[in-house]
Amino acid sequence: MPGASSVEIRKVNKHHGQFHALKDVDLDILPGKVTCLIGPSGSGKSTLLRCINFLDEYESGEIRIDGQLIGYESPGGRKMPARKLREMRRSIGMVFQQFNLWPHMTALGNVAEGLMRVRGLPKAEAERRAKNALEKVGLADKMANHPSRLSGGQQQRVAIARALAMEPRLMLFDEPTSALDPELVGEVLNVMKTLATEGMTMIVVTHEMGFAAHVADQVAFMEQGELVSVDVPDKILHQPKDPRIKAFLRTYHERNSF
Amino acid sequence: MEWSILQQYGPLLLSGFATTILCWALGTIFSMILGLLIALVQRYAPRPVGWVIQAYIEIIRGTPFLVQLFVLYYGGPLIGLRLDALPAGLLGLTIYGSPYFAEIFRSAFNAVPLGQIEAARAIGMSEPSIIRRILLPLGLVSALPALVNFSIILTKETVILSIITVPELTYQTQRMSTETFRYIEANLALALFFWALVETISRVGRRLEKRVTRHLTERT
Repeated sequence: MPGASSVEIRKVNKHHGQFHALKDVDLDILPGKVTCLIGPSGSGKSTLLRCINFLDEYESGEIRIDGQLIGYESPGGRKMPARKLREMRRSIGMVFQQFNLWPHMTALGNVAEGLMRVRGLPKAEAERRAKNALEKVGLADKMANHPSRLSGGQQQRVAIARALAMEPRLMLFDEPTSALDPELVGEVLNVMKTLATEGMTMIVVTHEMGFAAHVADQVAFMEQGELVSVDVPDKILHQPKDPRIKAFLRTYHERNSF
Repeated sequence: MEWSILQQYGPLLLSGFATTILCWALGTIFSMILGLLIALVQRYAPRPVGWVIQAYIEIIRGTPFLVQLFVLYYGGPLIGLRLDALPAGLLGLTIYGSPYFAEIFRSAFNAVPLGQIEAARAIGMSEPSIIRRILLPLGLVSALPALVNFSIILTKETVILSIITVPELTYQTQRMSTETFRYIEANLALALFFWALVETISRVGRRLEKRVTRHLTERT
């Protein structure tokens, strides 16, 4: 994909009150690559992801997207003006665990909204592009439905279309399948796989180890705010050295075996 | 009971009822708008501004409307605020109702899921756009039952305007009572008029609620 973003994360720290949520996290993400963030809940994966588009504000360190620092004017400096942050966010798509569609708008309205309000496109053009985005996730026939008339899997696909319509160069996924009934997980993962083969830079917080094993270019394991290890999926998932990763995978396998 | 008296005073009572409706409608609209502004400022303004607004809310909610109206109408001229009865009444209603509406809006805005606002931020929407396109539509819908409820309460606060001689329904029925000594008929008429008004508002409110929530509830 032309213009896929790179992300550099350097010595990032973040507190939630007294709780040290991110501890000197370093991570490099190359353009067009898929990175899965795994680890126990509360390990800081989602927080790290949310720092990348500055929905959560990190306190020290640097997060650069295509070399450009996000959130601050300079490392350790003042916060960047809201307008500049909005501009950077335009090219970063985000998909949430709870879908977060706007319930008062149709599927088409949800996707067209950003094109009209952020990109300033006229309604007809915004809706044409929104329709294309919905086609891409296989939901052209549902575009007139409000979210209340869509299944969880369909809602999440609309949410992905909403992000894609903005033509992002980087996609962030925050446990995109964790709120779905098991039989609906596949349709969402398929859309994500297609996106990955098209060369989108993707960062995915997930508990879907199958997706991490088959689709990711690298897997990063986090625990207690630390990025413990980052490597190709096989090294993390099948030949883990760190005892913390071993323990995590053991409980994962125990939970999923029957 | 002598109902013919109502016929004689009919036009007077009707004009009083019209004034009541006018005071209620404008008072509700103005205080709702002021309440909405207060809630928005409270949500986005820095702390100290929030404290000032909170103090306003506590003072107005903590004192009787009767007292507020007296201060405004009879105390106003002392500081150069000389208003006729009707404008004073409307201003009074606006001030009195605004903190209640502000609280209704505040809690309705808080009920809009943060994730839906973050989704808007994540695609780069500006805060004014988020307010207009996400926060207000969703907040207003969830506020609607409470808004209708408080505007019904406000219908009955309009009777207090009679003490500053606004010629609304209570004022006119009192006049009828003192002129004819027909207290029961006068008060029954008063009650019936109010009941009709409140019933209308509550019906309209229910239909409106049904309409605006038709897409929001999950159907299986």
